[in-house]
Amino acid sequence: MTSPIDKADKKIKAADPSQIVREDDAETSTLSDRFGFLAPVKAIMAQPNDSTQKTLLVAVILCLACSVIVSAAAVILRPTQDANAALDRKRNIVQVAGLLDASGNVEKAFENVSSRMVNLDTGEFTNELDGVAYDQYVAARDPQLSMALDKADDIAGIGRRAQFAEVYLIGGEDDFDQIVLPIHGLGLWSTLYGFVSLSSDLTTISGLKFYAHAETPGLGGEVDNPVWQSKWEGKLAFDEAGELQIEVIKGVVDPKNAAAIHQVDGLAGATLTSRGVSQLLRFWLDEQGFGAFLKNLKQGEVS
Amino acid sequence: MDADTKKVVYDPLVDNNPITLQILGICSALAVTTTLAASLLMCLALTAVVACSNASISMIRQHVPSSIRIIVQMTIIASLVIVVDQLLKAFAYDIAKTLSVFVGLIITNCIVLGRAEAFAMKNPPMISMLDGLGNGLGYSLVLIVVGATRELFGSGTLLGYTILPSVNDGGWYYTNGLMLLPPSAFFIIGLMIWGIRTWKSAQVEKPDYEIQQAHHSEVV
Repeated sequence: MTSPIDKADKKIKAADPSQIVREDDAETSTLSDRFGFLAPVKAIMAQPNDSTQKTLLVAVILCLACSVIVSAAAVILRPTQDANAALDRKRNIVQVAGLLDASGNVEKAFENVSSRMVNLDTGEFTNELDGVAYDQYVAARDPQLSMALDKADDIAGIGRRAQFAEVYLIGGEDDFDQIVLPIHGLGLWSTLYGFVSLSSDLTTISGLKFYAHAETPGLGGEVDNPVWQSKWEGKLAFDEAGELQIEVIKGVVDPKNAAAIHQVDGLAGATLTSRGVSQLLRFWLDEQGFGAFLKNLKQGEVS
Repeated sequence: MDADTKKVVYDPLVDNNPITLQILGICSALAVTTTLAASLLMCLALTAVVACSNASISMIRQHVPSSIRIIVQMTIIASLVIVVDQLLKAFAYDIAKTLSVFVGLIITNCIVLGRAEAFAMKNPPMISMLDGLGNGLGYSLVLIVVGATRELFGSGTLLGYTILPSVNDGGWYYTNGLMLLPPSAFFIIGLMIWGIRTWKSAQVEKPDYEIQQAHHSEVV
C-alpha cells in the first residue's frame, strides 16, 4: 500500500496520544517535502472510519488499486493467452487430419498446413480478407458479413452463417491430401465447434473432431471419445451421384446394410447430441455450407 | 509453529471443514469434480484466492468503513479471482477450458467471503493468511476425494491414466454414468459427512426440536 495509508495505520494503532504526535513530527519533516500534495489525503485518512469523506476515499483508493492489478494481469498475460488459443486451434486441425505424431509437436505438424479463405456464397477461394484477423464465429453475428438462415434450411440450429470461412489444405495448395473444414451446430445443451477433414477425393471423411462443446459428460460428451471419432474414418459423405448421404444413425451400424459406408454409430444415451452432430455435418457439407465450394473443387473450377 | 497457529491451519481440514461441517462451497464441489485434474486446479485456484484475500483484507482492516465493508471485501476477492483466471488461461489453458465459468464463480464461493468476514476482519495479516490456507486445504481435501471417486468410477481413469479399462475402450469395466453427473457429488459428500460425524461425534448437531411423545390417554 502507499505511504499515507501506512502512516495512518500507525496513528490508529498507537493508543497513547503523545506517541501519535511524535511519529507525525518525525515523518512529516522528511516526507512532507516530497509528498506535500498528499496532505489532504492524509487528513481524510486520519478521520474516523465511518466518516463520509473517508468512506469515499477508501472506496476510490481501493478501486484504483484493484483496477491497476486486474488490468496489469490482463495486459501482461494477453500474448501468452493468445498464443495458447492459436496453438489449441492448430492442435485441433492437425489432430483431425491425423498429422499429430507421438512427439506431439503441433508447430512441426502444422508446417504442412496452409490456410485459405473461402467465400461460401460463391463457393470460391477469396483473397478479400487477406491480412485481417478473421473469426468466423464473430463474423456470424455481423449483419454485413453473414446472413440469417431460414428455419427450414437451418438444420444445424445456428441462426446465422458467416459469408467467409477459413479452410485448411494439407500437403500443398494445389494437390492437397486432405482439406479441413470448420463445422459447428447445436447439440443437446450447447453449440459444438469442430473440424471435419475430407480426403483429396472430397468424399471420404478422414477425421472429425470437436474442440468446444458443453454436452453431458459421459453421454453426449462422448463425442470426444477417440474410439467414436475413429468410426468416422473412411466413411463416404456423398454417394456416387454426388448426393449427400452421411448420417449418424440410432444404435449400431449393420455392416451388411448397403448404406453402411455412409452411416456412423450413434452415441448410446445421447440421441439428441448424435442427431445434432448428424445435422450439423449435413448442413455444412450441403448447399448452405461448403456444398458449392466442394462442387467447384471437384470440377476443378476453383482458382 | 505455536499451538494457535497449528490450530488455525489444521482445524479446517477435518474438525471444522468448510464443506463437511459448515456446508459451504457446495455448488463448485458439485460442478468441477468430474475429473481429478479439474478438481486439483480448482483447489489450487480457491486456496490461492482465499489465502491472498484474507491477507490483503486483514492488512487494510483498520481502514475499512463498516458501511461498505462487504463491498470492499468483494472488490478485493473479485480482483484476485480475475487475476487467477487470467493466470490459468495463460499457463494451464487446457484444464482452464474445462473449468470455464467455475473459476469466475469463486467470487461467489461462500468460503472466501465467510473467512474474510469472520476471520480476516479481526486478525492480523499473517494468521489470516494461514487461516485462508487452512480453509482452502480443507476444501481441497473434500474436492480431491470427490473428484478421485467420480473420475475412477465414472470414467475408469485417474488424472487421465486408465485404472479400470472401460467397455467403451475395449476393457471390462462398465462405467457408472451417474458418477459423471452432478448429483453423484451430492451422494459422495453426504456419505463423507456421515462418515466424519460417526468418527467425530462432536460434529453431530443437536436436533432443533424434539417431536413430542403423545400419550394414549391424551388422544382418547
